[in-house]
Order: sequence, then structure tokens, then C-alpha cells
Amino acid sequence: MSPSTLVFVEEREGELVPGSLGLLAKAAELGGEPVALLCGSGVRDLAEELGNWGAARVLVAEAPELDGPLAQPRVDVLAGVLERGGYDTVLFENSALTADVAAALAARLYAGVNWDLVDLRMEDGELVGERLAVGDTVLVDVAWTGEPRIAVVRRGILDPSAEGARTADIESVDVAVDERSTRVALVERSSDRSQKTSIETAEVVVAGGRGIGERDNLRLLEELAEALGGAVGVTMPLVDRGWYPYAHQVGQTGHTVRPRLYLACGISGAVQHRVGMEKSGTIVAINSDPTAPIFRYSDVGVVGDMLEIVPRLTQLIRDRGLSA
Amino acid sequence: MRLCVCVKEVPSSLVSLRLDPDSRRLVRGKGRLNAPDVHALEEALRLRDEAGDGEVVLVSMAPEHAVDALRHGLAMGADRASLIADPALAGSDLVVTARVLAAALERERPDLILFGWESSDSGGAMLWAAVGERLGLPVLSRVWELRTDDGTVWGRRQMEYGFDVVQAALPCAVAISGAINAPRHPSLKGLVASKRTEVDRLSVADLGLAPSDVGETGARTRVLGLRRPPEREHGTMIEDDEHAAEQLIEHLIERGVL
Ligand SMILES: Cc1cc2nc3c(=O)[nH]c(=O)nc-3n(C[C@H](O)[C@H](O)[C@H](O)COP(=O)(O)OP(=O)(O)OC[C@H]3O[C@@H](n4cnc5c(N)ncnc54)[C@H](O)[C@@H]3O)c2cc1C
Ligand SMILES: Nc1ncnc2c1ncn2[C@@H]1O[C@H](COP(=O)(O)O)[C@@H](O)[C@H]1O
Repeated sequence: MSPSTLVFVEEREGELVPGSLGLLAKAAELGGEPVALLCGSGVRDLAEELGNWGAARVLVAEAPELDGPLAQPRVDVLAGVLERGGYDTVLFENSALTADVAAALAARLYAGVNWDLVDLRMEDGELVGERLAVGDTVLVDVAWTGEPRIAVVRRGILDPSAEGARTADIESVDVAVDERSTRVALVERSSDRSQKTSIETAEVVVAGGRGIGERDNLRLLEELAEALGGAVGVTMPLVDRGWYPYAHQVGQTGHTVRPRLYLACGISGAVQHRVGMEKSGTIVAINSDPTAPIFRYSDVGVVGDMLEIVPRLTQLIRDRGLSA
Repeated sequence: MRLCVCVKEVPSSLVSLRLDPDSRRLVRGKGRLNAPDVHALEEALRLRDEAGDGEVVLVSMAPEHAVDALRHGLAMGADRASLIADPALAGSDLVVTARVLAAALERERPDLILFGWESSDSGGAMLWAAVGERLGLPVLSRVWELRTDDGTVWGRRQMEYGFDVVQAALPCAVAISGAINAPRHPSLKGLVASKRTEVDRLSVADLGLAPSDVGETGARTRVLGLRRPPEREHGTMIEDDEHAAEQLIEHLIERGVL
């Protein structure tokens, strides 16, 4: 039997998060009619768009408590919807918000939650999740005991698809937020939240890791990025040291980027970095260690000293008037 | 103020970590404290020391051999440690782990519960939300900067777009994010004292649970099997012989990238 899937669609700063739209296509693939749940305040217009991404029905929960990205009021909404019945599976795409929502929901309903899934499939009528584990070296097939089944998909894995576009029925759901669920207050919003970070939209990202050695060498990355008309990305350790702003961090706790060209310079290629860039068009790695994991998922690998190669690249690109 | 820190024992090296094809579990062996949890502990010690009084208690669900990892936390300055070690717990999933930890934490009645940001071996980076839910406590997660004052706690919270500031009243659960502090090294005095401190042992029965509530029987998720992930096609490799930059550029032109 195909599952009855409820897709938690995340709204962030007035936009629908693309990966959570990708969940609608995945839900359709599993069979049945995908139903989307959209929480927020003033999100009715966004709800209209969800049919374009394959939602058969959209449940809209609007309340002032749902304005900011706080988990607990959303757990109340979900628990209410699930209590009324009709769903056996709930899908999330991983984010700072949804991880907390999914885990709290699991605890409230005593339901199984599987995370870090890179795919979902039906097998003999059973829902199976595929999870990459141990530094992405093992693929684990996971399942659920009992319902609802809560699945959290790795960020940036699923693409939205307009193939199942239709006009969705839109329904408001009653929101009853428990007083206990409003005890976390949002007292200050990030000032740069409305600006789309340049690395998310850049066609070329020149990224550097600890291999740059010294802070001053960031200049080499900036120069190459400028020559290619791209943006600079960095790994978490550089942000931790205060060498570069968080807005440029690529990876699990940073940004997910998908440029046409990603140049990884002095980056080992840890899985937490990889998830933020592996969907880039062409991946080039420059690393002095021929065994660095980054080479396993690069299209072109250069074994050598980035401190010498990067400035040479910049020079050549400038001299020959090349562009990306 | 009583601060509880949830700490996990993880394998010392991920390289040696493997999955046992029969039990389909991670073969972990003896390990050390999960690095993110050491940062959470440092944060707790700082808050205790700044307040001038209070108690820091380590709480861990792990096999018996984790006692040495807990001693490291005691040597850093934690006052007590509570280890929930019970063979029945093997195979527990997230909801079971949250239930067990919540039951142990309930006995401590902490003002603040601290978590790291992820278990390095298999973490979902979300256990805190489940524990907070079970205890009915507000949860601040992904906190890069933590401040408490007169029963209120503030956290600078890392979101996809930058940082928000969130606030709640104690008692509260907080998961920290990233290396927000530099954990202290155990002092000689701490090392000596840690050897003398008893680590409390709790069994599943002590927490009022039946063996069937926990482990594989209590779990709501299952592992069906393990496979090798499909190999990605190997890319072109260029060895640097002085001309690597030129060769790379030719490659990129050929591929139509430049
Ligand atoms: C919960 C969690 C979340 C995380 N989130 C992120 C995240 O969002 N983004 C992220 O990036 N990381 C993240 N990390 C950290 C991640 O695990 C790695 O530690 C990090 O990506 C490593 O950064 P790096 O590649 O710069 O450094 P290293 O791993 O130290 O690698 C440096 C590389 O540079 C090479 N090198 C050295 N000198 C040279 C030279 N002269 N020329 C060429 N190569 C050289 C070395 O061979 C090495 O491979 C996270 C970790 C955790 C636990
Ligand atoms: N078995 C455990 N015992 C105590 N605390 C744990 C345990 N597992 C995870 N934690 C805590 O929960 C945090 C997040 O873990 P996870 O959700 O497993 O990635 C860790 O950083 C620890 O603080």
C-alpha cells in the first residue's frame, strides 16, 4: 500500500526552501497524493505555489506564534494534524528548524525517526530509507516500526520537480499552540538574513580550507575568485578562527552551494563539508595530500601546493582573458 | 544552580569504526568523550565558576567501559557523573535514548541541561529536542554564545542565514554549536580527584523502565541491511610538475567550464 505522506514544507524569510519542495516530488514517487503542511504567518500566497511542485493538498497553519523559526509551536501543529488521522509518514528536509521539530515530534508521539537519509523507496509495501553512515562509506537501509514514520532527508539532496504540477486544494488548519510551547522567545533576528549570500547564487566558488596556512593567504582565494567572477567559500575551521565571515561557510552547518565550478583549495573533504558542495557542476580539488578524501569526489584533482598553484591560476586566467 | 551535561562516548577514531554486518550495529569499542560534548562541559564549568556555586553533573547512556571517558570529564572539573549502563540498552534508537536520558535527568532536577552539537559517530544532531520534549522544557539549540542571568538564559543561535538571539527562563535545555570555547585540560589535582569520585551507575530498572521498553524491542526504527554506496567515477588527476595550473586550465576549457 502506498503511504499517506505529509510533507513539512519550510518557509524561510518569505521563500519556500527548495529541498523541502523536493520532498513533494519524492512523496509522489512513493505513491499516493502528497499533502503539504505550511506553517507561518502571512504564508497563504506561498501556499498557492505548492501545487506547482506537486502538492495535491496544502494545509496552511497561520498564527503569530509561527512567525519566527521556532520549533515548538510547529510540533503542536503537526501533532494536531496527525492526531486527526490520515497520515502514516511525515517528511522533513534537514535544517536548523526542522531537526528540532522532527525530534520533538518523535518524542511526543513516541514515533520512529530516521535521519540523514539520501533517498526513500518502497519495497514490498514497506517504506525504506537510505542513510549514509560512517563518513559516507556505508549505505544503511533503515525502516520504521509503527506509525507515523518520521523521515529527515539530508539537506540539498532532493530537487523540486514541476512534473506533477497541478492546482492544489488549500485548507486552513486550526492552530492550537500550547502555552508551554511559547516559552522560547525570539529576541533578535539576524541582520543579514534577507540578503541572499553571494556564495549561494555564484556561478563559481573558490573555496579554501586549513591548507591556506595563514590568514593572509585568503587574499589568494579572493584574487582567483575575482578573476573568475566568483565568490569565496571557506570551511568551518576558518570561520571558527574568525578568519572569514560565517556567511561564506560551505557545509552542513553553513551554506549549500551549487555553482558551475567549485574549486576546493587546501580542503580535506570531510563529509560535513561535502554535503554543502557535492552537487556543484565541476569540482576541482587542489591538495598536497594525494590521499585526501576530497579527490574521491572531484572531477579534476591536482596534487600540489595550493599556495603556488592558486596564484598561477589567477595569473593565467587574467593573462589569457578567460572567464567562467 | 545545577547543570547537567549530556555526554556520549564515541570511538577514538572514525577510521577504525565499522558496522557489524550481523548485528547491523556500529562496532564502537572503548572510546573517549564526544568532542562537541567536551565543549558543552566547558560551558557548564564556566557558568558554575562564574556563579560561584553550583554543581556540574555528567549524564551518559553508554556501555560500562565509558566510565573512563566520564573520568576525563570529572578530571576537567565536573562534580559528579551518572552512567546509565545496561546491556538491555543495546540497539536503542532516538526515542528510546531520549526516554532513558530524560528519566535520568528527571532525578537530578537540573536548572540547565547542556548538549553538544552532534555525536561524531552516528549523530542526528537532534537528540536535545526529544529530551526537552519529554521533560517539558524549553530548548535552545545551535547556540554559539550562551549567557545566563537571574533565571533567564540567552543564546545566539546559528541559523542558515546567520544568527538569531533566543531566550527562555530556566529550567531549560541548551545545545551548543561549534567550538564556542577552548575546553580546559584536566589539572593534576582534577586527575587525582577524579579517581576518587564514584561514578553513579543506573540500570534500566532504576529508571522505572522494563527491559522491553528499551534496546531493539523498544526502538521504533530498524536497520534492514548495509551496503557499499555506489562509487563515484574517479576524476582526472594532475600531478604538479610545475605545469599543473596550465594543465588544469586546459582541462577546464576542454570541459567547457572556462
Ligand atoms: C557537526 C559538525 C558540523 C560541521 N559543519 C561543517 C561545515 O558546515 N563546513 C565545513 O567545512 N566543515 C564542517 N565541519 C568540520 C569538518 O568535519 C572538517 O573538520 C572541516 O571541513 C575540515 O576543514 P578543512 O578541510 O579546511 O581542514 P583539514 O581537514 O585540516 O584539511 C586541510 C587540508 O589541506 C591540505 N593542505 C595543507 N597544506 C596544503 C597546501 N599548501 N596546499 C594544498 N593543500 C594543503 C591538507 O592535505 C588537508 O587535506 C563540521 C563538523 C561537525 C562535527
Ligand atoms: N548516549 C548518550 N548519552 C548522553 N548524551 C548523549 C548521548 N547521545 C547523544 N547525547 C547528547 O546529544 C547530543 C546530540 O547527539 P546526536 O543527536 O546523537 O547527534 C550530543 O552532543 C550529546 O550531548
